Amino acid sequence: MAGDGRMNILQINELTMRFGGVTAVDGLSMEINDGEIVALIGPNGAGKTTAFNCVTGVYEPTSGKVSFMGKEISRGTSPDKITRLGIARTFQNIRLFRTMTVLENVLAAKHMRTRHNVLTATLQLSRREEKRVHSEALELLEEQGLLHLKDEISANLPYGLQRHLEIARALATSPRLLLLDEPAAGMNPQETAELADTIRRIRDKYSLTVFIIEHHMDLIMRISDRIYVLDFGKLIASGAPREVQANQRVIDAYLGVANDA
Amino acid sequence: MTKTQKIVSAGLLVAFYALIFALEQILPARAMLFTVLKKGAIYALVAVSMNMLNGFTGLFSLGQAGFMLVGAYAYGIFTVPVAERVNVYQYFDGGIIQFTVPVVVALVMAGIAAALFAALVGLPVLRLKSDYLAIATLGFAEIIRAVFQWEKLGPITNGSNLLRKFPTFDSFNITNADGEVMVYLSTFVPFVITGVCVFLMVLLLKSSYGRAFRAIRDDERAAEAMGINLFAHKELSFVISSFFAGVGGAMLAMYQTTVQASAFKSAMTYEILLIVVIGGLGSVTGSCVGSFLFIAASEWWLRGLDSGTFMGISAPTIFRSGFRKVVFAVIIMAIVLFYRKGIMGDSEFSLKGIAAFFKRLFGAKRKRPGTEGG
Repeated sequence: MAGDGRMNILQINELTMRFGGVTAVDGLSMEINDGEIVALIGPNGAGKTTAFNCVTGVYEPTSGKVSFMGKEISRGTSPDKITRLGIARTFQNIRLFRTMTVLENVLAAKHMRTRHNVLTATLQLSRREEKRVHSEALELLEEQGLLHLKDEISANLPYGLQRHLEIARALATSPRLLLLDEPAAGMNPQETAELADTIRRIRDKYSLTVFIIEHHMDLIMRISDRIYVLDFGKLIASGAPREVQANQRVIDAYLGVANDA
Repeated sequence: MTKTQKIVSAGLLVAFYALIFALEQILPARAMLFTVLKKGAIYALVAVSMNMLNGFTGLFSLGQAGFMLVGAYAYGIFTVPVAERVNVYQYFDGGIIQFTVPVVVALVMAGIAAALFAALVGLPVLRLKSDYLAIATLGFAEIIRAVFQWEKLGPITNGSNLLRKFPTFDSFNITNADGEVMVYLSTFVPFVITGVCVFLMVLLLKSSYGRAFRAIRDDERAAEAMGINLFAHKELSFVISSFFAGVGGAMLAMYQTTVQASAFKSAMTYEILLIVVIGGLGSVTGSCVGSFLFIAASEWWLRGLDSGTFMGISAPTIFRSGFRKVVFAVIIMAIVLFYRKGIMGDSEFSLKGIAAFFKRLFGAKRKRPGTEGG
């Protein structure tokens, strides 16, 4: 895949994450190239979110290495620094700023991209920048169909819209790589289909690379360029959607066939 | 807020300050009202600063009295007139500092001194979570109280002796050559100081930094994932909050006319915490209203319970001296029970809010027959 000349964005080498005696991720290696939509799938507890947390700096891996655009980020790089480098994420169990309005959620994510300091911000000396940030935030909300709800408290939004707000908020950090952790969880088939369109649209509009964890197979098969499959922390298959779909080990893992059967 | 609302709000604020000014010229200077207003203004400032930290940034800190102490001392040390230093620092040969700075400069220095202490304390302490942070900041406040009474620091802090003779609120009154007061400003000026400080804090909380603070309060993990540096922003909130606590401490020194470290006990922090909670965590106006109510109730309205009848409230002799505190405690428990989120919750006192309140009130009245019928 790297052979087609596209720039490598994310490189994971032999990533292992242990919690006490449990090995959540075991020697995972993968790569994601510029502009791709890559999915990480696997049964519950396979270690997908742990892999995400290692990429975003929430966990420091037990061993192995994660590199973003050629720079190692797996040791001593805090989550906020990683976001500043250009990786944004959404959360599986929605983590909005619950007491803040929809618009404020997006504005808060823009905070680190603004140049003002605490003094100029307090004394409102950077009105032009504040205005620019404001209009960019409104644009992101419009794109996710949330503009008419901008002054609503985010916790009051219906579930599906909260997921869209998470995406808008992640995009507000101006990322190069977007990590989506089960963005379709709790959505009905129609909403899921719309989400597929949304993901493709934002990928093209913001020239993003997308790394997605999801259980909705129809969504994954429709939008992914490539798929990696995890089971008990180990990579068991990878390749184009069709190849993975036909892979016997993947079918076994999902149907729960015992390895020694 | 629309432009008209802004103008009306500003107009009301000016009218309020004019009222304070006028009252001070008309009523006798020793009236209880002014004691309440002065102390209320000080507590309002400190309560808002504590709310910024506890209510808006979600850091449960109990170091407020410690930072007020630093501010009070910084103010006192740099404003005691040089001529008086021999008397004030009588056990330390007049102390080692032999100059004074203007009151306004000293107020700013009080804030900066408290902010510097906060910056140092924050480095280790802000890496702790919730209850540990509370314990660590409380510990700091206790230590600082002991340190300032240390005899070896006497040439600067006057040890465990009082600092006095520095300019007080009464020094703001304009007098004629005979020492007669022409214009009373001893209540007006503290209101101006508090007003400016609270205004600055409101601007900060409305800015992008205020949003970052609230984001941290709502969800640290998410805030971090949005590129907000947790430690840097917590430290910033802590330092700024302490700056204003320091200014509040300096004002308390002016109000009390003397400074002694032993007065800045943790009970003071609890009083302020109580005001913040009663007013509503996350409500600036709540803290302001709460502090005046708190001071008025504890210093004035309930005094009658301790000594004779006052404003129609009196208690059987057997309860005397101390009964006030019992009643006060019951009132506070009732507030916490029935207004769990404080008087204001996390909303602000605004014209729009008042308008909406009356609309609801009258709207409900008009609707009532309809709902009964249906």
